[in-house]
Amino acid sequence: MSKEEKKVNRRDFLFTASYTVGAVGVGAVIWPMIDQMNPDKAQQALATTEVDISNIEPGKSITVLWRGKPVFLKRRTQEEIAEARNVKMDDLPDPQKDEDRVKEGKEEWLVMLGVCTHLGCVPLKDKGDFNGWFCPCHGSHYDVSGRIRKGPAPTNMEIPKFEFVNNNTIKIG
Amino acid sequence: MSEHEYVPKSKAGKWFNDRLPLLTLGAHLTDYPTPKNLNYWWTFGGILTFCLLTQIVTGIVLAMHYVAHADLAFASVEHIMRDVNYGWLIRYIHSNGASMFFLAVYIHIFRSLFYGSYKSPREVIWIIGLLIYLLMMAAAFMGYVLPWGQMSFWGATVITNLFSAIPLVGDSITTWLWGAYSVDNPTLNRFFSLHYLIPFLILGLVVLHIWALHVPGNNNPVGIDIKKPSKDTVPFHPYITIKDAFALLVFMIIFAGFVFFTPNVLGHSDNYIPANPLVTPAHIVPEWYLLPFYAILRSVPDKLGGVILMFSAIFILFVLPWLDTSKVRSAVFRPLYRQFFWILVIDVLMLGYVGAMPAEGIYLVLARVGTIYYFLHFIVVMPVVGYLEKTDPIPMSISEPVLSGGAEPSIARKMDEKV
Repeated sequence: MSKEEKKVNRRDFLFTASYTVGAVGVGAVIWPMIDQMNPDKAQQALATTEVDISNIEPGKSITVLWRGKPVFLKRRTQEEIAEARNVKMDDLPDPQKDEDRVKEGKEEWLVMLGVCTHLGCVPLKDKGDFNGWFCPCHGSHYDVSGRIRKGPAPTNMEIPKFEFVNNNTIKIG
Repeated sequence: MSEHEYVPKSKAGKWFNDRLPLLTLGAHLTDYPTPKNLNYWWTFGGILTFCLLTQIVTGIVLAMHYVAHADLAFASVEHIMRDVNYGWLIRYIHSNGASMFFLAVYIHIFRSLFYGSYKSPREVIWIIGLLIYLLMMAAAFMGYVLPWGQMSFWGATVITNLFSAIPLVGDSITTWLWGAYSVDNPTLNRFFSLHYLIPFLILGLVVLHIWALHVPGNNNPVGIDIKKPSKDTVPFHPYITIKDAFALLVFMIIFAGFVFFTPNVLGHSDNYIPANPLVTPAHIVPEWYLLPFYAILRSVPDKLGGVILMFSAIFILFVLPWLDTSKVRSAVFRPLYRQFFWILVIDVLMLGYVGAMPAEGIYLVLARVGTIYYFLHFIVVMPVVGYLEKTDPIPMSISEPVLSGGAEPSIARKMDEKV
């Protein structure tokens, strides 16, 4: 009797096969129910925005909406660029060179998501201890390159994918 | 269920009850033996049931006029306020009703903490109650998003971004919650769907909460086990129903005071500005009932750490029955614990206050002190005080207070001997 119990019999096989097929079936039904909550085709279609930058004076910035989020386009002065490049890497919680945050030859243009990396508020420009941005929600300070310097935010403000279509137009996304 | 078999008097009643024993259930609820010394802190269960039903009824009515679309939601709420017959009344009852609901649930929870109602054999009642509390917070948060004002939008942004603190998959989860690349129309739409669903989940849990309560019966102010039914108990109806009804009336007067005289005092004026994804309000504050947790979140200078601590502040309550080592339930007989209980009350109130203030200077210091005490209270004070404390003598029964029954040795002393 005990020998027979140890053997895998027809019934064990049927149980295992049924559970497996059942699990796959349940998974196949659950996944569409979960995935329907991800951004739909209409949301994905809003993935690029073109911006005219010909009217922006040095030292000024504009804010545009891309994928429902604000994007800061700042035309920096030479002093601001120099200030951003003179920061020691040791002083940065999330070390990143200013050179890596702008396009080569277009250093005056800082294009970044105007979204605080802490909990998603929009930081205020020309505020804070580092001549850059300050988030009013929980007190994160960003420098003139949009890098986190002080406060609860873990990382620098994000640089979106963008390119210069021509000298007057930037395509974000 | 019931100690004695219930037989309906009428023939039709008997016929129906044999097929579905609803009348037996009704008889059980009517006769349900209740400790005769329940004080007014025990009336909040009934008050909370009233709050839930009020929210469901007013909510269903509001949903007949509200439009869950980013372009139309704000205007539809103003339409309810100005055009819909009695719309202002129904909306003010619903929005203030949320606050009254939380007011009642906090009193209910602290009642449990004081009288040890979470302890054996009532752990499951406690845990179901906490699940209800979690669902209440989810429902309240999503409801606050629906008017699509500035606080709605930015509150939704901050809270959903909490999930982006999760390593590796955080951003994917946040995008999934949004259904977009920021808080947007898909977010509003799903929040409306879930906001409508959650109250009915709560209703289901309330049934389980009461069911679990009716197995051991009510705890009581002296916290001792009592025989049921006995001279220590009274039938639920009419003794408790009338007491509950009186407390409910007083509660409704306060409720009506808010609705009719200061309907916006608990809200934030920024929510009468339509949502603008380009401008964050200067001070984002959640509704008052979430402020203590917000203070804990902001007290940590690290994103993931803050989020973990905030959620821990709630989830630590789930293991409370096993953190508390005292065998005596009621704080009435626990002179040491009683002091810590009031420190906790003050601590939570203080956290609520600093949660509404800017996270800087003295407020940040207070938030950190408050957060540290909050966790110490549950992790250290609860287990240690349970061991060290010399509890006061406990009465043998509700009918025989400890002073008059001098000949009887107290249960507390008996327990000490066992330990």
